Amino acid sequence: MKARVHVFLKGGVLDPQGKAVANALKTLGFSEVESVRQGKFFDIETSSLGGEPAEERLKEYCKKLLANPVIENYRVEVLEP
Amino acid sequence: MKVGVVIFPGSNCDHDALEWSSQLLNLPTEAIWYQDRDLRGVDLVILPGGFSYGDYLRCGAMAARAPIMGEVVEHARRGAPVIGICNGFQVLCEVGLLPGALLRNEHLTFLCQDVYLRVETVASPWTRELQKGQVLRVPIAHGDGNYFCDPDTLRRLKGEDRVAFRYVGPDGELDHVWNVNGSLESIAGILSEKRNVLGMMPHPERASEGIVGSSDGLGIFRSAIAALCG
Repeated sequence: MKARVHVFLKGGVLDPQGKAVANALKTLGFSEVESVRQGKFFDIETSSLGGEPAEERLKEYCKKLLANPVIENYRVEVLEP
Repeated sequence: MKVGVVIFPGSNCDHDALEWSSQLLNLPTEAIWYQDRDLRGVDLVILPGGFSYGDYLRCGAMAARAPIMGEVVEHARRGAPVIGICNGFQVLCEVGLLPGALLRNEHLTFLCQDVYLRVETVASPWTRELQKGQVLRVPIAHGDGNYFCDPDTLRRLKGEDRVAFRYVGPDGELDHVWNVNGSLESIAGILSEKRNVLGMMPHPERASEGIVGSSDGLGIFRSAIAALCG
């Protein structure tokens, strides 16, 4: 299976990096930029899951390691079963 | 009593902590490798500062899943003392022994300077030899020390008197100008529910000898020793 897991800060959590990026874009003349939130994604390849629902399995990865539930949300996307 | 300092790949204050314990306080001290699954009978555990695993993924996230951490969690659950300093605090939050998380500093810069801490509670093995309201001068050195937790957790921390230290001015004044990294309510250190686990961003082990400019940090360790020795 090939999958992409997106991890991003929760709405209320301050993102100083995103803020700095937004300011830099404005400085470059992109005056329409109102805000930027920075996140990350993981491209993951696995061997066959033997029928186990892929999305549930990927969510386990997030809960156990990829995301910190105190500050981050995640979204999983199966690219190739 | 015996002290253990856990060494992760990328720890860089491990030797400060070892020296703190073995030379300044004359205690039997063990260096404990992150891949071990045995704390070798130590009574007190120090998770030192540094950049474990190069801060990959999130600060402290990889170290929190290292083999030794199962033992550290057990040790803490038994009520035995654990202190996490700087990166050690991040590890304690990631492993779930302390609530909340440490975000990037508000102004994005790495901060390496002395700060003033106000002792907010003396009801813990880590602060019992200090005075409530006492101001300590201790250095910080971090890029991700901006303490954050949700409103319910904050209410609990305050209601249960679990905020150990706040960033203040030299006379103990609470003002945002002294809150160097933007931490929620100027929080610099917190205690676990059982009060035996302390996490703090500042480095008391680097302020424990007059020759380095301050020995204010020594009281924290002395408190834990007094608590253990009854």
